[in-house]
Amino acid sequence: MSHSELASAPAPPSIWHMYRAMVGVGVFCGLLIVSVFQVTLPVIERNKAEALQKAIFHVLPNANTSATYYLDDAGGFRLLEGDGVGEQLVYAGYDDAQQLVGVAVEAQGMGYQDVIALIYGYSFTEQAIIGIQVLESKETPGLGDKIETDPAFLENFKSLDVSVRGDGSALANSVVPVKHGEKTRPWEVDGITGATISSVAIANLLDRSAQYWVPRIRRNLRDFQGEE
Amino acid sequence: MASSMSSTDEFIKGLWNENPVFVQVLGMCPVLAVSNTAMNALAMGLATAFVLIMSNIVVSSLRSFIPKQVRIATYILIIATFVTVVDYVIQAVSLDLYKALGAFISLIVVNCLILGRAEAFASKNTVARSTMDGLGMGIGFAFALFCLGAVREILGNGSLFGASLFHDSFEKWVVMILPSGGFFTLAGWLLLFNWLKQRKAKREATTSLGLRKEVA
Repeated sequence: MSHSELASAPAPPSIWHMYRAMVGVGVFCGLLIVSVFQVTLPVIERNKAEALQKAIFHVLPNANTSATYYLDDAGGFRLLEGDGVGEQLVYAGYDDAQQLVGVAVEAQGMGYQDVIALIYGYSFTEQAIIGIQVLESKETPGLGDKIETDPAFLENFKSLDVSVRGDGSALANSVVPVKHGEKTRPWEVDGITGATISSVAIANLLDRSAQYWVPRIRRNLRDFQGEE
Repeated sequence: MASSMSSTDEFIKGLWNENPVFVQVLGMCPVLAVSNTAMNALAMGLATAFVLIMSNIVVSSLRSFIPKQVRIATYILIIATFVTVVDYVIQAVSLDLYKALGAFISLIVVNCLILGRAEAFASKNTVARSTMDGLGMGIGFAFALFCLGAVREILGNGSLFGASLFHDSFEKWVVMILPSGGFFTLAGWLLLFNWLKQRKAKREATTSLGLRKEVA
């Protein structure tokens, strides 16, 4: 390169210019993100709470009010007063007369594509799961997502037996998946042809969750009564 | 060079002649993944358009302030900021839509269309021209995604925006809403676009040949 070419080339920017650009843009971006976060946070939290509330009333059809409880260290349930972060939560549903209808529980497990999260309603009187709603699923559109739309599959959860043993220690019968059309007993889940893995995943995650929660909930029935 | 074009031309080029999907074939990840329904496709297209327009405006406003050596890092920071903004806004508008779009909102950061326009256009042009470029490219991208989403939803689910279009006896082409359906539909649209382009080129060639003969 000749001297004249070197002289005509633009001078490299100083370190100060580079710092100024990066820090300046960083501050602008930081302020924008935090401002938008602050503005949208209450709306997002309200949306999430509304979606959860809607799901609770969907899985406990006769309930029209709900209260959140957490599992305490002694194995009983207490009414939640804080934000519930880090706690194991369940949602009790009550009817017009403030009578306990049932308890809604969130559960999750691995599906075909990713984790499936759902909420199910447990009825004390029926000793059964009386409704489910999928909260999060990335199952294959048109196939695996039938777990949310297939009427015959959803029929399983109108009264899925999860009664507990006489000593109250565990479920009397595990929730088991069976092939489509082969369901004969009330604790079996009739699968979906073409969405076998997703439907089996639902049955298994319900079994795991119900084995853990239902005996505890039944043992502590009194914790949910008399409070709203 | 773009500077010889009017602002309207800058806008129109993104819609048709230089459409980001059908002509430039950019940003294929969301194009194939989130176009399984018309609503998802349109929402993703509009989210990308918003990020593209805003990042073009900011990058062109700051073009004399950002040294060349740190430009890519700065552009990514600006783009990531607007993607985060879109992420929060979609969560506030509709949780269902947010769940449907999933991880693809965050992946707008690495959509090569946006960084490409910042680097190739906004960093060298005025705010007004960059805004028109962002609008054209953004709307062109959203239009292309909608074209894919609409075809895939109609054939794969027998509906458009969730409204059923056919009789119950309609046999759904489930493959169209699966990933492979994205490739089939994109191939179909590319075929149509290239056919239109070739037909236009042939007509122009015939017209200019006729004119030359008349002059002779």
